[in-house]
Amino acid sequence: MNWLTLLMFLPLVGAAVVSVLPKTNEKAAKQAALITTIAVLLVTIAMTLNFDRENVGLQFVEKYAWIPSFGINFAVGIDAIALVLILMSTILAPIVVLAGWNEAHGGRWSVKTFYILILVLETMMIGVFAATDLFLFYVIFEAMLIPVYFLIGGYGTGERAAAAVKFLIYSLVGGLLMLASIIALFVMSGDQFGHTFDINQLSQLQMSSTTQNLLFLGFFIAFAIKAPVWPFHTWLPDAAGSASPGTSVLLLGVLDKVGTFGMIRYCLTLFPEASKTFTPLILILAVISILYGAFLAIGQKNIKRLIAYTSISHFGFITLGIFAMTSQGHSGAVLYMFNHAFSTAALFLVAGWMISRRGSSTISDFGGLQRVTPVLAWSFFFAGLSSLALPGLSSFVSEFLVLVGTFTRYPVHAIIATFGIVLAALYILIPVQKALHGPTTPGNENLKDLNLREKIAIAPVVAIIVVLGFYPSPLLKIINPATTNIVAQLGFTDPAPSIEDK
Amino acid sequence: MTFTSPVLSYTLLSPMLILLGGALIGVLVEAFVSRAKRPIVQLTLALGVLSLALLQVWNIRGEQSLTPAMGSIIIDGPAVLLQGSILIISIIAILLIADTEHFTALPAALPGSEEERKAIAMGAQVTEVYPLTLFAVAGMLMFPVAGDLITLFVALEMLSLPLYLMAGLSRRRRLASQESALKYFLLGSFSSAFFLFGAAYLYGYSGSVNFAGIQESVIGGSGNDVLLLIGLAFLSIGLLFKVGAVPFHSWAPDVYQGAPTPVTAFMAAATKVAAFGAMLRIYYTVFANAEWSWSSVLTGIAAITMLLGSLVAVTQRDVKRMLAYSSIAHAGFLLLGVIALNKSGLDATIFYLLAYGIATVGAFAVVTLVRDSSGEVTDLNRWKGLGKRSPFAASTFAFFLLAFAGIPLTSGFIGKFSIFSAAYESGATGLVLVAILSSALAAFFYIRVIVLMFFSEATEDGTSVEIPSILTRTAIVASAAITLILGVYPTPLLDFISDLAIFIR
Repeated sequence: MNWLTLLMFLPLVGAAVVSVLPKTNEKAAKQAALITTIAVLLVTIAMTLNFDRENVGLQFVEKYAWIPSFGINFAVGIDAIALVLILMSTILAPIVVLAGWNEAHGGRWSVKTFYILILVLETMMIGVFAATDLFLFYVIFEAMLIPVYFLIGGYGTGERAAAAVKFLIYSLVGGLLMLASIIALFVMSGDQFGHTFDINQLSQLQMSSTTQNLLFLGFFIAFAIKAPVWPFHTWLPDAAGSASPGTSVLLLGVLDKVGTFGMIRYCLTLFPEASKTFTPLILILAVISILYGAFLAIGQKNIKRLIAYTSISHFGFITLGIFAMTSQGHSGAVLYMFNHAFSTAALFLVAGWMISRRGSSTISDFGGLQRVTPVLAWSFFFAGLSSLALPGLSSFVSEFLVLVGTFTRYPVHAIIATFGIVLAALYILIPVQKALHGPTTPGNENLKDLNLREKIAIAPVVAIIVVLGFYPSPLLKIINPATTNIVAQLGFTDPAPSIEDK
Repeated sequence: MTFTSPVLSYTLLSPMLILLGGALIGVLVEAFVSRAKRPIVQLTLALGVLSLALLQVWNIRGEQSLTPAMGSIIIDGPAVLLQGSILIISIIAILLIADTEHFTALPAALPGSEEERKAIAMGAQVTEVYPLTLFAVAGMLMFPVAGDLITLFVALEMLSLPLYLMAGLSRRRRLASQESALKYFLLGSFSSAFFLFGAAYLYGYSGSVNFAGIQESVIGGSGNDVLLLIGLAFLSIGLLFKVGAVPFHSWAPDVYQGAPTPVTAFMAAATKVAAFGAMLRIYYTVFANAEWSWSSVLTGIAAITMLLGSLVAVTQRDVKRMLAYSSIAHAGFLLLGVIALNKSGLDATIFYLLAYGIATVGAFAVVTLVRDSSGEVTDLNRWKGLGKRSPFAASTFAFFLLAFAGIPLTSGFIGKFSIFSAAYESGATGLVLVAILSSALAAFFYIRVIVLMFFSEATEDGTSVEIPSILTRTAIVASAAITLILGVYPTPLLDFISDLAIFIR
């Protein structure tokens, strides 16, 4: 069965259905989008059940000739890492649709257009993780900027147009750097064994270490902008601060993961030597991101920007885990990508509800929500705890794995990174205290608590965070063989923990 | 003295002959058909002639001959591809030209004179523009297939003279239009003189005006290299002027802005194909063995053309001037394909020319729709909020801009990818990096326009979007469809080009 093409095709069908619905019937557009995203999720679950987790190669492989004269194929296939990320994307999509039921009303264009953009974006989110042809990956990587651009600029708030443009320009510049590297790989493949974009074949290319370093940088900077890693992060707080909550969830939860996914899938596999050369530098950038993101988050007055900065800190952890080159670090990083999506989704969605109720996104405008809207307040508190990686919640497991994996090889980095956890407690607990606890401040007395739709939307997120916090092994069992394999292919063995002789 | 009668292969020459014949009939139509019937007769004639020529090009697609006209014309794969591209672009462009609202009623009358008012009141139309277009297309078809310097020069003049005239025909802002025509004419004649001067030196170098003869001298290497360098330099100036490469670009923004928009569309798209077609033949065959003499100079020109075109475009406030600078930047990208001097460079350039030409005609077609009571509105500030007023115009224009920017799933991306990789393959790594940098700059101003159209609040200033006539709508939809198809599934065209694009020498 052609699982992956089916998955990519379904949202497009949904988008086509939405596009022929009458403009006035907004409810039908929403329902069609919800049904489509749920259908995609069901297919993804069915596919996951068919996934052979012992097999470390690519599965569900499909390949069709696309532009043969350049050796380009429409080739898809997934390993465990891509599977986890696709699962993450397809779980988030229906949640975003349901949680942001009324989100599209303040937009420049119709509600219908909003859902068409979301559905087209879902196709691309699946495609970008599934592509095994570098050209196909690049096409989707660039093309998915367009729907996001219109989602931010069309349905966001505040300086939405400027934020959308900043997002697009940063991403395009990164993409063009990557294009330069891709062209070089393409030409070299032509010289060595015939033009191809197949990533397995490209990883066999012979190249001098200077070339490898340069090409690595082209890819890495593109992914570092996407992820984002300090100092390429400045677009994110603006974009996330202006985008609607649902768009922000997809932006931070899924799109930014393309950056960290790309580091594993493309940087490490195509340029193993250069990856090792740049590891010390990248680890430093990762540690800076962790601390920088956390410090700036503490100082934020705007709740959406605060969440964006916490994400920069979290992406620092993911990058640290990837470049620590240990199997725990890698497993931790992949698990982190999955968990971060849900803790950020929880934060953004609840924050979005708070903002739409209060009509302000400034933290100091809130106060004492605990008394007025207990369910909302508890949800936010819970989301915050998950973001600061409280033991028992899912983020803790991944953060712990990343730190352990890093410590065995780079103890100093791991120790400095640990301060990020301390800072996390500050940046979460300060707004929690200001907004939720204490006496109810004027303007907040009449806020309404979560309605049934919102409760249904947040419930699965909470459930995932709790279940994976106590029992992460189903996911880890899928991830571990793949990450162990990648680390082994790079020529690393995990350093054995040394215990001092007594 | 014996006289040998020329042997002509009429089949291979037929596309050009059909065009010239059609143009002459067009002139007769002007003389003998009543004023009321002229527009429809001329349009039908022009479309018929262009389609027939295209059909004829298709029929001779596999042919190769060095001597269809005693060595003055060379027909081979690239010739067929370029002629086909020119004709396809012209067919779409003629649909815009048919919207005579853009042309002055009486070109000979002084702007604002009583005579002009009368002509407008009478509903007069300049249907002469059709035969002029056909003459220009005939020249364009001949330009890339010329086999000697004299034919090349004749073709150059044949395509240029009608364009000089057509640039001055605008109905609104007639003085600006006439100024642009004069500017184009003066600078164009200047560059023609350079061209001719270069041709004379090349004759001095090789003792022949025929490409085969010059090529022999270049390969033999026995001639005087100084003559070769001077001749080639001046010849190149003439060609670079036509494509609008820096530093020979200064006419482009004024002429693009002043000329009636349909003429700008035709000129921007089709002239580029013709001129780059001629450059490909000259650099890929005649002077291929003298690569040392031109490669580094062209590299420098390509680099400054890309950078300057993109940089200056950022500051433009007029949509037609912006598109003019963008076309300058694209001329720089196209030069990459000439410099590459390999098979993939040839294929890529031909693909890029067609893709860019069609997107250009489409973009200008949208420009013709945005108007107020006094004609077209080209001030970008007044394009604010266009997305609300006319989603059709704004979204198609945005799509063409994305194609110019080279975003995937448009023909522009495939074109850029193929031309950049061809240049990289030839070792021009630095130039590819400059091209990438310019693309990033260029993306900035394309996106700025998209922001204006979709994300800015409209100002109440009477700017409206005209409901497109059926012809204009056809032109826009066809261009957009081709741009999309060539971006999503370019395989058939790429294979077709790759099979055919081989020069015979």
